Amino acid sequence: MELNGAQIVVQSLIDEGVEYIFGYPGGAVLHLYDAIFQQEELKHILVRHEQGATHAADGYARATGKPGVVLVTSGPGATNAVTGIATAYLDSIPLVVISGQVSLPVIGSDAFQEVDMVGITRPCVKHNFLVKDVTKLAETIKKAFYVATSGRPGPVVIDIPKDITAPNIKVPYSYPESVSIRSYNPVVSGHKDQIKKAVDLLLSAKRPIIYSGGGVVLGEASEQLIEFTRALGYPITNTLMGLGSYPATDNQYVGMLGMHGTYEANMAMHESDVIIAIGARFDDRVTGKLDLFCPHAKIIHIDIDPASISKTVRVAIPIVGDIKPVLEQMLSLIKESCIKTDADALAQWWKQISEWQTINCLDFDRTSPLIKPQYVIEQLHEVTKGDAYVTSDVGQHQMWAAQYYKFNKPRRWINSGGLGTMGFGLPAAIGVKLAFPEADVACVTGEASIQMCIQELSTALQYKTHVKIINLNNRYMGMVRQWQEFSYESRYSHSYMDTLPEFVKLAEAYGHVGLRIDKPEEVRPTLETAFAMKDRTVFIDIMTDRTENVYPMIEAGKGHHDMKLRVAIGTSTDRELA
Amino acid sequence: MRHIISILMENESGALSRVAGLFSARGYNIESLTVAPTEDPSLSRMTLVTRGNDEIIEQITKQLNKLIDVVKLIDLAESFHIERELLMVKVRTSPEMRDEIRSMADIFRGKIIDVTPTTYIIEMTGPSEKLDAFIAAIDPESIIEAVRSGPTGISRGELGLHL
Repeated sequence: MELNGAQIVVQSLIDEGVEYIFGYPGGAVLHLYDAIFQQEELKHILVRHEQGATHAADGYARATGKPGVVLVTSGPGATNAVTGIATAYLDSIPLVVISGQVSLPVIGSDAFQEVDMVGITRPCVKHNFLVKDVTKLAETIKKAFYVATSGRPGPVVIDIPKDITAPNIKVPYSYPESVSIRSYNPVVSGHKDQIKKAVDLLLSAKRPIIYSGGGVVLGEASEQLIEFTRALGYPITNTLMGLGSYPATDNQYVGMLGMHGTYEANMAMHESDVIIAIGARFDDRVTGKLDLFCPHAKIIHIDIDPASISKTVRVAIPIVGDIKPVLEQMLSLIKESCIKTDADALAQWWKQISEWQTINCLDFDRTSPLIKPQYVIEQLHEVTKGDAYVTSDVGQHQMWAAQYYKFNKPRRWINSGGLGTMGFGLPAAIGVKLAFPEADVACVTGEASIQMCIQELSTALQYKTHVKIINLNNRYMGMVRQWQEFSYESRYSHSYMDTLPEFVKLAEAYGHVGLRIDKPEEVRPTLETAFAMKDRTVFIDIMTDRTENVYPMIEAGKGHHDMKLRVAIGTSTDRELA
Repeated sequence: MRHIISILMENESGALSRVAGLFSARGYNIESLTVAPTEDPSLSRMTLVTRGNDEIIEQITKQLNKLIDVVKLIDLAESFHIERELLMVKVRTSPEMRDEIRSMADIFRGKIIDVTPTTYIIEMTGPSEKLDAFIAAIDPESIIEAVRSGPTGISRGELGLHL
């Protein structure tokens, strides 16, 4: 079969099994768009800004586990995509981003809409390619998918000059079944001796904790993690990226850890003698001040990326490998082992943990006449029966969603954890809804974040992706304001907007339903109304208590044991806390 | 501590900038960097001199290995190895100094590879410290230009960096 470059790109994507491509046309990709026009298999989703394309593809990838695919033009199209590429890079999300480039003969001449996309994206991609030969196109696309989805996943950019896709140059086409790259061989199975050592250490622990992260979600190892955790009977905490990989309503779960983690999770980390880190990378938002991090613990670390091991925290037993088979091996060793877990020590440890739990660190004022954002998330959890896909933007609302929506399944919590990209939530929700049209998809956002990609409301209408937008409107960039309150003597420098749009009218202008509430008793019925409208995108503008802060909090430079807690409200105790 | 990292990588455009970009993005220092194709035209070999404690060097090698274009690498400082650098230095020679400079070059096993009535170019190879010593030994006023390749190295014995 002979095809031109543009047809090769489209056919390769079809042969790769790609369902959706998120994109925006422009000069350098006109040949490609012409090829897309002349077929029906590959469905193109036209976004309103290239950042939206990358986030939507990213949301699709996070929810499905399949790579997200993006098509943008050269120059500004390419640079607009960079924020979304970096977002995917920091959270290890598989994306294949195809960018148009000016024709080969004019590369380097500052041609119209020319930027060095390979150069610009180099620090925020797993790998990138500039295709200089049409006969290499199919193979390069195969390589891009292979690199993006294997090992520690990540975004891959393919920069394609316009003349490579020219309609008149046809070459034989075949899409490779598989591809190997001699310089790229991700490690899959863990070292047996290391696994044995790790099991011995784990079983001898007196105050153990399992600390697991996004790697469990990416590695599809949630089932194994649950079995492993139950077999040991140890407490488990999840990172922001790992939420849902272990059921949040389970008794062994002690909540999220880190800057806005629970008191019990952080205290358990601080007091532990053995930690097993599974697919987590000791991010600074998790560890707090490194010198104070887990002073008594020996650490076991399982990760597919050798560079993640001992990057910030030295570990006693590193295991490089794919989490699923490593956990399976560990589990069978635990079952065979003649050493049993120390039941007395464990009982003592759980007693200590339940004492920490009595502090009830996530409690909040339930009698306020104002809408508490935490209450909204709790109600969202109930109305959606805990089974929605929840995307979020970045800030206080993100932390409240993470703390109060009890995720019981992996891939349900979709947020920009590493890069912290405002504007992520709405396009990501659109990507999720395309993948799961029947599922409830909620975008938890705030009035600042939502404005960063608000234009995608138009995309939501065009493709009938009926997501529900939960806008926790506190008339502040809440997280910035919170830091300014704590660290800058409440000098609220530019953390509020003097002018905000009327979101109800805005939603209506985009063809959606807009609702606005400002009383706690309206929360439940309004959420119910919104989720009952299966065939409409609903924007709920929720006026929340503007002074509410996210607690608990580990402030910069502090350790896990030194948390700022909410004091003396509602049912929580007002005793002095350590 | 000083480390010499030898890297075999795909001989593709942009490969060098991936390595250089990694060092600047992650704040590692590069003292010198040499790169040239190998006998296998699909590969190039890079020799990189850097400094750092064990943790930093471990991260550097891991991050380098993570680059898709990097096929293989070794840290030469971990084993017995030979290290050489090339120096070419152009010196101004007054009639009364020409003999002295020549004998100095001889002592250091250097060669004079270009001669004009008023200048010599001396070529010298060796470990970097030897070249430092030579430069320190001649009159700094007489040096018109000195050019150094940066060190490159190879491990001793059977051990080798190859596919």
